[in-house]
Amino acid sequence: MNRYPLWKYIVIGAALIIAFVYTLPNFFGDVPAVQVMPIRTTEKVDTALLNRVESALRTAGLNSTGVALDPRGVKARFADTDTQIKARDVIQTSLGSGYTVALNLLPASPDWLSALGALPMNLGLDLRGGVHFLMQVDMPKALEKAAERYQGDIRTLLREKKVRYTAIGREGELVNLRFRDAEQRDAARKAIEDAYPDLQIAEAQIGEEYALSATLNKMAQVKTQEFALKQNLTTLRNRVNELGVAEPLIQQQGVDRVVVQLPGVQDTAKAKEILGRTATLEIRMVDEERMQDPVAMQAAAAGQTPFGAEMYYERNGMPVLVRKTVVLTGEYITDAQPGFDSQTNQSAVHINLDGRGARIFKNVTRENVGKRMAILLIEKGKIEVVTAPVIREEIGGGRVQITGMDSTQESNDVALLLRAGALAAPMEIVEERTVGPSLGADNIERGLNSTLIGFAAVALFMVVYYQLFGVVAVVALSVNLFLLVALLSMMQATLTLPGIAGIALTLGMAIDANVIIAERIREELRNGMSPQAALSAGYDRAWDTILDSNITTLIAGIALFWLGSGPVRGFAVTLCLGILTSMFSAVIVSRAVVNLTYGRAKRLTKVSI
Amino acid sequence: MELFHVKKDIPFMRYARSTIFVSIFFIIASIALLATKGLNLGVDFTGGTMMEMGYPAAADVPAIRNHLASNGYADAQVQNFGSSTDVLVRLPVKAGATSAQLSEKVLAVLQQQQPKVELRRVEFVGPQVGNELFEDGALALVVVSIGIVLYLALRFEWRFALGAIFATAHDVFIVLGVWSLFQWDFSLTVLAAVLAILGYSVNDTVVVFDRIRENFKKTRMTDVAAIMDNAKTATLSRTIITSGTTQIMVLAMLLLGGEVLYGFALALTIGIVIGTYSSVLVASPIVMWLGVSREDFIKPPKEESGAVV
Repeated sequence: MNRYPLWKYIVIGAALIIAFVYTLPNFFGDVPAVQVMPIRTTEKVDTALLNRVESALRTAGLNSTGVALDPRGVKARFADTDTQIKARDVIQTSLGSGYTVALNLLPASPDWLSALGALPMNLGLDLRGGVHFLMQVDMPKALEKAAERYQGDIRTLLREKKVRYTAIGREGELVNLRFRDAEQRDAARKAIEDAYPDLQIAEAQIGEEYALSATLNKMAQVKTQEFALKQNLTTLRNRVNELGVAEPLIQQQGVDRVVVQLPGVQDTAKAKEILGRTATLEIRMVDEERMQDPVAMQAAAAGQTPFGAEMYYERNGMPVLVRKTVVLTGEYITDAQPGFDSQTNQSAVHINLDGRGARIFKNVTRENVGKRMAILLIEKGKIEVVTAPVIREEIGGGRVQITGMDSTQESNDVALLLRAGALAAPMEIVEERTVGPSLGADNIERGLNSTLIGFAAVALFMVVYYQLFGVVAVVALSVNLFLLVALLSMMQATLTLPGIAGIALTLGMAIDANVIIAERIREELRNGMSPQAALSAGYDRAWDTILDSNITTLIAGIALFWLGSGPVRGFAVTLCLGILTSMFSAVIVSRAVVNLTYGRAKRLTKVSI
Repeated sequence: MELFHVKKDIPFMRYARSTIFVSIFFIIASIALLATKGLNLGVDFTGGTMMEMGYPAAADVPAIRNHLASNGYADAQVQNFGSSTDVLVRLPVKAGATSAQLSEKVLAVLQQQQPKVELRRVEFVGPQVGNELFEDGALALVVVSIGIVLYLALRFEWRFALGAIFATAHDVFIVLGVWSLFQWDFSLTVLAAVLAILGYSVNDTVVVFDRIRENFKKTRMTDVAAIMDNAKTATLSRTIITSGTTQIMVLAMLLLGGEVLYGFALALTIGIVIGTYSSVLVASPIVMWLGVSREDFIKPPKEESGAVV
């Protein structure tokens, strides 16, 4: 009665072999590596890049233990961290600023394991050190910015259609217009409705004046918010690329939040600075007439800026009076590259604008030939004039060249800033979890040590208390640990410290099934059953209990996973998986061991329990 | 080896009134503590900044506190943990100053005093996120309770479901009460531990219930208290050994796991003891007083055959 059919042993054997293979990669550790990725996604990752990396290493005389190409970039492994750091500098110099060259750790497991898809578990930030940010996008600001853009667009539109208005202004998400008579107002309303179907328009009568107020309709609001989030994600990705992090995670969470995880980042201050940078770009016209007027300039310098204008300074301290009306913002920029002016050979930045931006730019430059336009950089509430060049001719096609930079370094910086783009709406860090690298290493050690010592103590107790059956329980528990680690590795789950706690706790609770079985067998023996019958009855009767008790714990685990966040989730995942693997190992595997030991004995008189 | 083999059934139910009285006393005391003193919610829930600092030599906590206070951080809580070189600094959310840059400013201030101080860990949670985490946690507690009641009502009987949930709520309240009494820091990981205790306690209770159900079906005894005593005595050894092995794992975590796991392990250590008590001495009296009887488990044979027409 205590014999398993052959297929059961085969299933158990197969499960153990698979578990062994997938657990194996976790024991090989890491090798230092350098990871090369193009900063722009349009850049191709191909063998040419691989060859460039290889030749750069060859000329520098650095030995790599393997250079490989994958869809995201090129990875080169090194024997030690000294070579790794040298290699990073060599590759960065040779490839130039178009590539991110980051230090990384790669699994040292042999290729045949990786070919099977057997990869080690990822370590969470609390185990390897790094930064976790949760950033909240300020959506009302995104809507205000959209209203600001429409304000400019409506002004241009009405001028084109020759509709006369007396005032245009913005109040939060509303664009307000005033007219002298109903006729003009109706004309304006029709023009706006035809040109901008996304706007919702309301009429009002204020004293003698006829007013209109326009705001985004519900659908357009949702679209604007989605766009703002996407734009911010792209911007954050670009900025993170600047940091040279090997495996950053930038992910949307909910409707208005972004998670940023930067493993291995040491300089958290710099990371925060770069991520939190709120730089935006604006192009506005210079108020030429008033700049000619020394009285107005003096008044402006004293703080009394004339109506409709603002005063800012260039880097060299020269004051510039610019109009309040924004011509273009950084959002219209699709690309920016440093380069040189083909005629004068001065450093320059070449900008590409999107369709709408190109049209606006064409109109503005046509109407303002010979005048100056200012490019403003707004950072942390400070506004600076980057350059204020003279418009020489109408510029169509959306290709703009900005000169006036002092050096190639500066044109590089400006291009990067333009390319990395502006945030569509400001973001705020609402949660931060930073773990220093030394604490990460400590955490792994503490987590593993406490689990192993706990495991050893439990194992010792079980063997002393239940003798041979205790050994069976310990075998089952080890199998459980194997299966759990294998499952986590297969899923490429991220192991965190609470995750390790979850493993430890499940191990402690998994032994419960074996205790229930053992106690049941003892009881049946005491009731006078024959050893073989007692073994069988013990397993059969314990099964219901084990199932019920585990399912209730599983309910708690699933709720934790569903509602938990961050650290709680890691714990919930290992708890749930651990319950599933423990049911297999404690019941089926331990029974198999018992069957192999006692099943064939014809006259079993004593069980070591 | 056998340590807990008892030949005669222990008359647990005879003391049911006293054990339940003790439990109700502790539940009321815990609720009173929670109502008056409340929980000392950590930065995870209130929002704020927590920094773990490593000093090269034993840190002078009062000096650090004074230094921070004289630099405008009078509301900073400074304390040792683990060893004398490890220091925790907690800062509440400041109105207006929502920036996550706070930790850097504080680090700069601490470095004036001791240039070699190392920033080992920072946790900053905005007040809004804190509220959400708290709400999600509370929701998780409710959802888990409902899920367990439904499962047990389905697999056993509604009286057992109520008994189990009462015993479990008892454990959760008392652990929270202890946290309130000592004003220990209640963090997200402690909340996870409380939910794990919930799972553990129900698990423990279900094993006893399972035996009670089996006894109802098999024996001809009609005295409900005697049936329950028999079941509890039969599972006593298992109850103690399982809580012992789980306790070994949790104690290893408590003693060796470091600051991050400390609160988690401490809550479990206490919770396992209380959970074991409640599954033996609290859950089943409730079931009995709710009026469970043998008939609830023995289906009348007529009904089964009569259903086929």
